[in-house]
Amino acid sequence: MDLGALLLSALTLGTLGLFFGGLIALSHKRLHVWEDPRIDGTVNLLPGTNCGGCGFPGCRAFAEALVGGKAQPAGCTNMGKEQVLAVAGYLGVEAGEARKRVARLLCAGGTHVAIQQARYRGLATCAAAKAVASGGKGCSWGCLGLADCERACSFGAIRMNRFGLPVVEPDKCTACNDCVEACPQDLFTLMPIDWKLIVQCKSALEGEPAEALCKFACTACGKCVLDAAPELIAIRGGLAVVDYGRIGTAAPGATARCPTGAIAWVEGRQVLDREPVAGSVVA
Amino acid sequence: MRALLRFRHGVHPPERKERTAALETRRMPYPPEVVLPLRQHAGKPAIPLVKAGDRVERGDKIAAADGYVSVPIHASATGTVAAVGLWPHPDGSYDQAIRIAVEPWSAQAARPRLVPEWRGLSPREIVAAVQEAGVVGLGGAAFPTHVKLSPPKDKRIEALVVNGCECEPYLTTDHRTMADFPDRVLLGVRLMMKCLGVPKALFGIERNKPDAIEAIRRALPGDIDVEVLPLTVKYPQGAEKMLIQALTGREVPSGKLPLDVGVVVQNVASVATIAEVFETGLPLVERIVTVSGNGVRKPANLIVPVGTKLRDLLDACGGLSDDASEIVSGGPMMGVSQRDLETPVSKGTTGILVLTEAEAQRNRTYPCIRCGHCLDACPVFLNPQLLGSLALKARYGEMEPLHLRDCMLCGCCSYVCPSHIPLSQIFAAAKTAIRKAKTTEPAKAPA
Repeated sequence: MDLGALLLSALTLGTLGLFFGGLIALSHKRLHVWEDPRIDGTVNLLPGTNCGGCGFPGCRAFAEALVGGKAQPAGCTNMGKEQVLAVAGYLGVEAGEARKRVARLLCAGGTHVAIQQARYRGLATCAAAKAVASGGKGCSWGCLGLADCERACSFGAIRMNRFGLPVVEPDKCTACNDCVEACPQDLFTLMPIDWKLIVQCKSALEGEPAEALCKFACTACGKCVLDAAPELIAIRGGLAVVDYGRIGTAAPGATARCPTGAIAWVEGRQVLDREPVAGSVVA
Repeated sequence: MRALLRFRHGVHPPERKERTAALETRRMPYPPEVVLPLRQHAGKPAIPLVKAGDRVERGDKIAAADGYVSVPIHASATGTVAAVGLWPHPDGSYDQAIRIAVEPWSAQAARPRLVPEWRGLSPREIVAAVQEAGVVGLGGAAFPTHVKLSPPKDKRIEALVVNGCECEPYLTTDHRTMADFPDRVLLGVRLMMKCLGVPKALFGIERNKPDAIEAIRRALPGDIDVEVLPLTVKYPQGAEKMLIQALTGREVPSGKLPLDVGVVVQNVASVATIAEVFETGLPLVERIVTVSGNGVRKPANLIVPVGTKLRDLLDACGGLSDDASEIVSGGPMMGVSQRDLETPVSKGTTGILVLTEAEAQRNRTYPCIRCGHCLDACPVFLNPQLLGSLALKARYGEMEPLHLRDCMLCGCCSYVCPSHIPLSQIFAAAKTAIRKAKTTEPAKAPA
């Protein structure tokens, strides 16, 4: 073994290493981008679920917005009060006021009230069932009951009840929009929890044909329109439609004469397993 | 052009055509009510021209075309409009439809010609008359025929390809059209060649229909160049791109149309319909439907008024057997299961199959074993195994670079899968989800 060759290669590699090491050290100093250290600090305080419920693409983007003063800690829909205060304390900003929003299901037609015209025995996802004759459910607008939303929810806020309808737990719901996107029937919608007047139906059919398919269908009879404050509710496309711009005038009385119970006054959790009212009739 | 008379990949499902292949087409009696959906064709739905209470005669225009890629709809029976409103649609939803209470005693009254005589018309006038007659592709997709007959000026069309494959099991409507009305089919070919200005027509028929091949060959007129080519029996030989490959040796590139390789493909039933509307002077108000499957008592090839409800159609075929378990609109490979007997037959309905439990073959789904059978079956050379696992994880974004768009939902992958994974259904759902995501983007806005 030639000692000279050994030394030469060690020397060459060593010099190259030193040179590039120096280059890296230099560029690290010269090209350094300063980042507010509070961003990392804030990220550590946030839940880290990246749910997007705040409207920003993930927790880090929300932290950047917080530090930049473009958002308030309460904008995070996934933190409890104490965590919000902790973030506000860390950044020395006001916690802000959050309007709690939750996912609401616009269907109350569980297996106990909505007729099933055919049995669907294929792949057990709503999206797949939708591709085959709407999964056999008589109402082609209603919940297919195969739990795509339950699987999409990262917070365990959705649980299917015994009638095959997803019940959203308002405390756990962060309004992240995942269920809204997962539902092939577009039945979920995010709304402030204090909007209590909800039409839990999307069937465009009116009158008896609607009720023939589901006992809880909106038959577009118009009684709620008369019982509610002027212009709060209108009948459009076979449905009672609430004008949420006027939600302040809403009162539970609007639901009193609904023959099917399609329009509901919802306090907190949606009750989706009630029994149909005996002797309900369509006017 | 060199005919290979076959394509690569594909599957050989049992044909099951024997119950109806030899039955001559016959007319069914008029049902008490017909329901005509406004959306019976690819493109924009038609706009209704009638209201409840109006009296309409068979052939009257009751809904107008909305734009170029759309066709009008005509009353398929004489009667009174009962309502215009929501009704079960063959795709499983509810959609706008015109319901006509039929007067049975006057339903077939003769009336003056509504479609002009074709002799003496220029190609452009023929195409306009075809749209006005409500003609769409009767092979299932119901794409307006007049659009296909007026290719853009910059595309050079060399030949008309007539699709007489009917590769779907059970279905025999195209077979009977060719065997029973060969002269009408060839008049249609003549008209289409005139519209397109092409010198040649290639007529592809699968070898399992020797009587149809014979009938067409015998009726061939001497003055137009029509070449009848018997093709290898394989599914999906009737798919546009497979057929072009078999007849011309040309491959339609991904994302391109048959126009780009110089051909226009027309289904044989559409070809016959064009001839029929010009012969009879009546717009498209009826079509041939195969009613088959072991769940139906008297299988038949019926001439059915468009808008006939499945209930009336099945009654005309002796009703359902006791072990009937599933009703499918279309063929067993690509058809859609139906849930409501009130659903009407539309212009695109090729057949109604009533399957028994044994025929429907519902098997338990097992996990994918990565055997690769689906790759060998896919006629457009996709990787259904990979696409399927991505779709089940809702990773739709990664499916598009793998050419999900080329998937025509032919069902070959589902058919060969030893784990019985319903791949093509998964792809149908994925396609819908991708379309939805594109239309609702950006979904998230700061609260």
